[in-house]
Amino acid sequence: MIGLVWLIPALPLAAFIVNGFFGRRWLRHWTGPIASLAVGGAAVLAIGVFVQVVAGQTRTTVALYEWIGVGDLRVDVAALVDPLSSVMLLVVTVVSFLVHVYSIGYMEHDDGFPRFFTWLPLFVFAMLLLVLADNYLLMFVGWEGVGLCSYLLIGFWFERPEPAGAAKKAFVMNRIGDWGFTIGMITTFLVFGSFDFERVFEHVGIASQSVLLVICLAFFLGAAGKSAQLPLYSWLPDAMEGPTPVSALIHAATMVTAGVYLVARSTPLFSAAGAALPIVGAVGAITAIFAATIALVQVDIKRVMAYSTVSQLGYMFLALGVGAPIAAMFHLATHAFFKALLFLGSGSVIHGVGGEQDMRRMGGLRQKMPTTYATMVIAGGALAAIPPLAGFWSKDEIVGAAFLNGFPILWAVGVLTGALTAFYVTRAIWLTFHGEPRDHHLYDHAHESPRVMTVPLLVLAAGSVLAGFVGFPPEHGFIHDFLSRVIEGRAEGATEYGIIAILAGVSVVAGLVGIAIGLSTYARHRPDPAAVTRAIAPAYTLLVNRYYVDELYDHRIVDAAKAFSGAAWAFDIHIIDGLVNRLGWLFGLAGSGLRRAQTGVVGNYALSIVAGLLVIMVVYGGYATGVFRR
Amino acid sequence: MIPLGAYLTVSAALFFIGMAGVLMRRNAVVILMCVELMLNAANLALVAFSRRLGSVDQRGSVFVTFVFVIAAAEVAVGLAIVLSAYRNRPTVDVDELRAMKG
Repeated sequence: MIGLVWLIPALPLAAFIVNGFFGRRWLRHWTGPIASLAVGGAAVLAIGVFVQVVAGQTRTTVALYEWIGVGDLRVDVAALVDPLSSVMLLVVTVVSFLVHVYSIGYMEHDDGFPRFFTWLPLFVFAMLLLVLADNYLLMFVGWEGVGLCSYLLIGFWFERPEPAGAAKKAFVMNRIGDWGFTIGMITTFLVFGSFDFERVFEHVGIASQSVLLVICLAFFLGAAGKSAQLPLYSWLPDAMEGPTPVSALIHAATMVTAGVYLVARSTPLFSAAGAALPIVGAVGAITAIFAATIALVQVDIKRVMAYSTVSQLGYMFLALGVGAPIAAMFHLATHAFFKALLFLGSGSVIHGVGGEQDMRRMGGLRQKMPTTYATMVIAGGALAAIPPLAGFWSKDEIVGAAFLNGFPILWAVGVLTGALTAFYVTRAIWLTFHGEPRDHHLYDHAHESPRVMTVPLLVLAAGSVLAGFVGFPPEHGFIHDFLSRVIEGRAEGATEYGIIAILAGVSVVAGLVGIAIGLSTYARHRPDPAAVTRAIAPAYTLLVNRYYVDELYDHRIVDAAKAFSGAAWAFDIHIIDGLVNRLGWLFGLAGSGLRRAQTGVVGNYALSIVAGLLVIMVVYGGYATGVFRR
Repeated sequence: MIPLGAYLTVSAALFFIGMAGVLMRRNAVVILMCVELMLNAANLALVAFSRRLGSVDQRGSVFVTFVFVIAAAEVAVGLAIVLSAYRNRPTVDVDELRAMKG
């Protein structure tokens, strides 16, 4: 089965090619099932590979062909199948498959249906390439591929200016991150002479601390771009302009976790680089609480989820930073399920109320959409880390690891963020599904989504409940044994369940407090949300305007970049082009002077031939006879 | 035996007569004839040197046959050009054929 691992990305690629060439003209609505089948097939294969890896095939490299072979440089197109990549394979293919199926329903009435099912499998292919690559260069190909697909899908409705702008923003911000990735990759090659993970990690010792720090920070810049961490996070909320399944798949469950995967994969580098991991952890923690506070006041249901994603990704980086990469990967997997579910559930709501995304106009939808409501509650519970749902096991492990590994501040931030998370998810679900319908027109036309959309919701809900148990008991669950074959976190001594239980208790209480405040605020108006808003008006304004980060970037960076671009443009037009044009003009001038020599009279030409002959005779004769010598 | 100088004198005279014709005459056909004159002046010099130097294989004479062939080709092409020029404009006066003026 592992020998067939290349079939996993090949199937979505085939779907992309078929749908891309024949979709618009001939296949039309068959493109959805074709893409879903291909990704479903990939998911089945991924399960097979996963089972085999669990059974003991710890580390296998499946080379496809030599890609680059120049001098000492040798890069293969080769897949590295180990526990880390097999977990990612499983998560990516399964969630992708469910999102594909869901999209058949969600995108049904869209004219761009075949186009959608062309880019979506292409994204899956690129993501799988990223996950499978056994060297940084091949990983970079997948890395750029997912960035491209993200751009194409955010800008799916490109005829409207907002999605087009959001797509551009995402692309540019990712390019900044990619610059970091490139620097890291090139430095890695210069130091270690190879792109291969295995060879680089074996020789970590030969590099000095400072060089490793440069490499790691460069890679982390790339990871921050892709995984929407400070300061490169602001593209992700804007990416919600894309179709909701895209938000679920790319901007919640899979692509944005690529940065986490990159850092987890490079754990040997980061562990050896001294200051790198604390920086990663601090950035993750700041991002987590920063995004969670913004999520408190958003009124667009998808934006709440978007900031929640940024926040949860922050948790994952926090875990990586405190030396718990396994917890990070665990949270990545569980988050993929419950966040995809939250997005698809939001999409179901948006679909059901005819495209409205403002929660202030919803309310009371739970009778109209019982399945969506039930699954959203489960996912919300998982996000709020209520035991025994999936998010509880993974998030508490992160927060616990922060405490146990000696980062009490990060632990406190984690717990506080947990309470905020519980509050905003309660608020979102309450505003959407409970209370009195605030817009009766909207309410009357609301309807539950078709089966093709609700079944994936149910499957994801099951995943959101059950996925956490692969990490049970804490620190010694299946996922820990499995992943510890490839990535070692900080050496954790004998785990004391007493401390873990206390830490978990604190987190759960924080979560419950968040939910309780949320319920009392929005269900009983105690305190009345409007009054609270007035009371903390300056802070509220700050949050609603997202800390003015977009404005800051616009004024400080975008404007400066535009001014620079304008100067560069002027330089190009006036200096570079001007030089060339002047030179051309000069030759034109010379030509128009010399054309007078062309009289068109045969006699003149003959005369010049004779004159030339005479010159040759004189010169040659002069040399031959020795007159010109000396 | 006629000295080499005599041959060369005749050859040079022919050459310069031909050259003067090329430069001064305006009738294209006459110009072509003058070119022939120049070529044959060169031929005369070649044959004379060939005899004088008495090389076994008569290289100069062989060269002359090449010049004949080239001269024949030149006349063929030259007359064809003159003919088609005449068809376009009823003149063979080269001073009037100045469409190539820059």
